Amino acid sequence: MDAFIVITLIKLALIAFVLLTAVAYLQWVERKVIAHIQVRPGPYRVGPHGLLQPLADVIKLITKEDMMPSYVNKPLYLFAPFIAVAMALLSIAVIPFGPTIEVAGYQTWMQLTDLNIGVLFILAASSMGVYGIALAGWASNNKYALLGGLRSSAQMISYELPLALAVASPLLVSNTLSLRKLVGSQEGGILHWNVIGGGQIVAFLVFVIAAFAETNRVPFDLPEAENELVAGFHTEYSSMKFAAFFMAEYLNMVTVSCMAALLFLGGWDAPWAPEHGSRFVPSIIFVIAGLTALYHGANPPHKLDRYTFTAFGLIFLVLAAIFVAPIVQSWLLPLFWFVAKAGIILFAFIWIRGTLPRFRYDQLMGFAWKFLFPVAMLNLLVTSFLIAWFA
Amino acid sequence: MDIFLFLLFAIIAVVAAINVVVQTHPISSAVSLIGVMGSLAVLYLLLGAEFLAAAQVIVYAGAIMVLFVFVIMLLNAGAEAKRGRSLMVQLLGVPLLVALLGLLAYFVQRLFPQGVTVHFGGFTGGTAEAVGRALFTSYVLPFEVTSLLILIAIIGAIVLARKELD
Repeated sequence: MDAFIVITLIKLALIAFVLLTAVAYLQWVERKVIAHIQVRPGPYRVGPHGLLQPLADVIKLITKEDMMPSYVNKPLYLFAPFIAVAMALLSIAVIPFGPTIEVAGYQTWMQLTDLNIGVLFILAASSMGVYGIALAGWASNNKYALLGGLRSSAQMISYELPLALAVASPLLVSNTLSLRKLVGSQEGGILHWNVIGGGQIVAFLVFVIAAFAETNRVPFDLPEAENELVAGFHTEYSSMKFAAFFMAEYLNMVTVSCMAALLFLGGWDAPWAPEHGSRFVPSIIFVIAGLTALYHGANPPHKLDRYTFTAFGLIFLVLAAIFVAPIVQSWLLPLFWFVAKAGIILFAFIWIRGTLPRFRYDQLMGFAWKFLFPVAMLNLLVTSFLIAWFA
Repeated sequence: MDIFLFLLFAIIAVVAAINVVVQTHPISSAVSLIGVMGSLAVLYLLLGAEFLAAAQVIVYAGAIMVLFVFVIMLLNAGAEAKRGRSLMVQLLGVPLLVALLGLLAYFVQRLFPQGVTVHFGGFTGGTAEAVGRALFTSYVLPFEVTSLLILIAIIGAIVLARKELD
């Protein structure tokens, strides 16, 4: 019992640290990627290639003056950012990152807790998250914020339906609600994953589209449409309270990406068997990255890059060496595949933000109710008929 | 631990429920109602009904209350003005409340004389599988009747909305 509590506390601290760092750097990655899409360098001044920019942003946000506008509904105004972050953090508790890991003779899962209703738990937490935005918009006593809050609650209710229906069909295929067992049922390579082996490609696309809307990302970022609503629901928020909404958005992005990886892409399952070479994939990727960095370090575009690129090249080569070490391979490889899958979806989030314009409000609603919802419904019906037919 | 969590969330539920009535602003009442539903979900969870707890949060706290909040925000309902209570409320309110609670306690005692206590973790039929099986075997008629009722309500809503449009 004591060992369990200690291990859980360690896991809690580790996951919280990694997650919050990842969220901070996700924002750096987003700025960099969008900058390169728009052919400009992006953050460049703080640290090599702006790598310390997230730290600078955090310091800026903490030290900014915390304005309290007059005539706001004080309790709800203070409560809203809290609930947004709390609900975003809550869902991470049930997400598994990999199989069991053995530390000092004690076996434990790379997951905080496995509920047998894990998927429903995440849906519940995300459906509560809408209050953060809706109440923030209302409590701010500002017409733009109110419009943003209204839009977000309407949008979230609408897109929750196709999202839940899209989640239901892989659950039918895997026949479980526990995220850990869900991954277990998809083991055995890319042909067994729900997106291909389960025939859930339609559900996967519907899920990703609805997830974009649920996280208020472009092209569904109507709640904070800056050219019509100033900043939408968080117009009146400053300092850490604004940072809370920002964090909640990125945390939700991480959660839905992990969900997509777990439900459709086989979680931490390698695309093909490790014996047939998939265990060398991370090393090969890191070696290529390391050699590229070393080459650019030898021919630096800027003076400083001679040191930074060389350093990063060496770091990548060390990582490549770690990945072939047989002791850590058993848990590092699954972790790599899981992070890679979630990372690809996260990259798609950023990529689409850099390329697509925003929906008009009536298009947004029409798309959810007249297209996405019937498609998800039809997919669920076909899936259940097929399962009933063959089972 | 169980009894501590039960007491904590039972108290939150009752306080939030009273707060629903006491608050003058509809949004504050709605938020309190969300609190009631959330703590009820925790109570279900403590009793071993995991699926019901998740459904409670998703359906009631997550969907129905969002609609409530949405409508309140859309209509921009203001705080209701406090009026002086009538003489009858002042005289009879508290005694009637006490009488009602007493009657309730009396009937509970009468109906369940043995007083079987609930054991936390004693109930294991709360998984999604168990609920689904119960719904489609023993309770299939009430289930179908309820879905028919909801269908009628949906059609009614569409008919009423169309009348407005024409």
